[in-house]
Amino acid sequence: MNNLYTYLLMLGDNSMILGHRLSQLCGHGPNLETDIALTNISLDLYGQVRSYFQYAAKVSGNPANTEDSIAFLRYERQYLNGLLVEQPNTDFAFVILRQALFDIYHLYLLEALESSKDTQIAAIATKSIKEVKYHQRFSSSWVKRLGDGTEISHQKAQYALDTLHPYSFDLLNENAIEADMKEQGIGADLHIIKEKYQDTLKDLMVTSTLTLPDNTFAHKGGKEGVHSEHMGFILSDLQYMQRAYPNMQW
Amino acid sequence: MKDNIQALNDIFQARIDNGESIEPKDWMPEKYRKTHIRQISQHAHSEIVGMLPEGNWISRAPSLRRKVALLAKVQDEAGHGLYLYSAAETLGISRDELFDQLHTGKAKYSSIFNYPTVSWADMGAVGWLVDGAAIINQVMLTRTSFGPYARAMVKICKEESFHQRQGFEIMLTLTNGTEVQKQMAQDSLNRWWWPSLMMFGPPDAESTHTEQSMKWKIKRKTNDELRQQFIDITAPQAEFLGLTIPDPDLKWNEETKHYDFGAIDWDEFWQVVKGFGPCNKERIDARVKAWDEGAWVRDAAVAYGEKKIQKSKVA
Repeated sequence: MNNLYTYLLMLGDNSMILGHRLSQLCGHGPNLETDIALTNISLDLYGQVRSYFQYAAKVSGNPANTEDSIAFLRYERQYLNGLLVEQPNTDFAFVILRQALFDIYHLYLLEALESSKDTQIAAIATKSIKEVKYHQRFSSSWVKRLGDGTEISHQKAQYALDTLHPYSFDLLNENAIEADMKEQGIGADLHIIKEKYQDTLKDLMVTSTLTLPDNTFAHKGGKEGVHSEHMGFILSDLQYMQRAYPNMQW
Repeated sequence: MKDNIQALNDIFQARIDNGESIEPKDWMPEKYRKTHIRQISQHAHSEIVGMLPEGNWISRAPSLRRKVALLAKVQDEAGHGLYLYSAAETLGISRDELFDQLHTGKAKYSSIFNYPTVSWADMGAVGWLVDGAAIINQVMLTRTSFGPYARAMVKICKEESFHQRQGFEIMLTLTNGTEVQKQMAQDSLNRWWWPSLMMFGPPDAESTHTEQSMKWKIKRKTNDELRQQFIDITAPQAEFLGLTIPDPDLKWNEETKHYDFGAIDWDEFWQVVKGFGPCNKERIDARVKAWDEGAWVRDAAVAYGEKKIQKSKVA
């Protein structure tokens, strides 16, 4: 497989698995307004997935590939999303903290990809940035509400942050494919993104009265296709129809 | 005093008869207010509970295109719930009170949502039949006398007719597909046909609200008239799809220019209305769970808002 194809899978899988997690909440939000907002974010992410995978199908070199075969018909080890996005919807604090950590990374990533030499990736980034700015505004405003709301919400937000923070490094640490894409002027420089990410996160935590964990131990593996135990269940859900009824039009 | 109220009532009825729109701050009989709170909130609850059977298939949708469309559809229903709760709130009741009525079983919602969605074809059948039946009711409501309700309906109807076409298109794709897909579509029609007919409510002879509702233009046609209209529209569509409506008595009547149809099992209808449908308990439990588990979130938002106000006062 060529590196561009793999890079597109990494980009698309993050949006797809997070979009999937958010879609599981549709109809179960704490109130109608947040229900609608979270579904909106899920819809935006799925829109991005379609752009990435339609492009990936083209560059894959296999004429049988489509956005759906890429989305639904890979083995678990072939999904390349970061570990953060597959973490479960434990409670609203987990949903928001997971979103906030991802959004900060995602916005810096897209800002960098806007100047990608690959015009298709640059165009997807430009379109997605508008959406992700809103996502980040939404998630960071909720981190503040939860962190600086009641004692209970503060505790829950702090617990979610402590649990999820070690998963976020997986997105930020460059692997060989990302290094190659950066060299070619197609991909983003994660070293720069990581610095900006850490500064923005620190500021957000201060205003939200939350404490970043001292321990910087990083879970890793998602981008190499080594996932948490949650992933298999996500895929059984996601792939159910395509696996049970192969080769049909829907 | 009694004469005064009678006079107000007469003026009120004359306004409705003239086709005027009644607005929240206008004088209205108490019964009109209560009936509207009941009906609008029942409608809002139906939208919100209706998110659950379709939400059931979002994570398993068979393609990215279908997933995005279904997600957007269920989100539209949340939006409809929001307009309708707001319309009900103009009559002097809070959203919290309305939720409480839903959660305690005091308020009803459309019984159709107490049936399970057990295959992907149900996403087609629900759109085609359930939204199709809903539109027939709702088009009538765009001209209802209460302004906020009528206006909410105009917007909702546009989106519902889009959903209905989307549902029909899912069915069409299935019936043009493999044998397994055709069977899936037929099985789904078999299960959703009769409950869809029940959506129009009990037969006119047993309907308690029809007469007053006609007078207030909440209704312009009776349950049986609307049901007939639905069957007349839907039967040819089923034929176009190559599906068989599960009613051996269904046939075109050249004399009446309508379809004749078989007897509806009203025992089943009342059983579901009274809480003993296949999913009544799951639906309410899901709503109560979301609400209860969201309590600390809503509290946090309020506390944070208050802190911000305090801070701005100090500054």
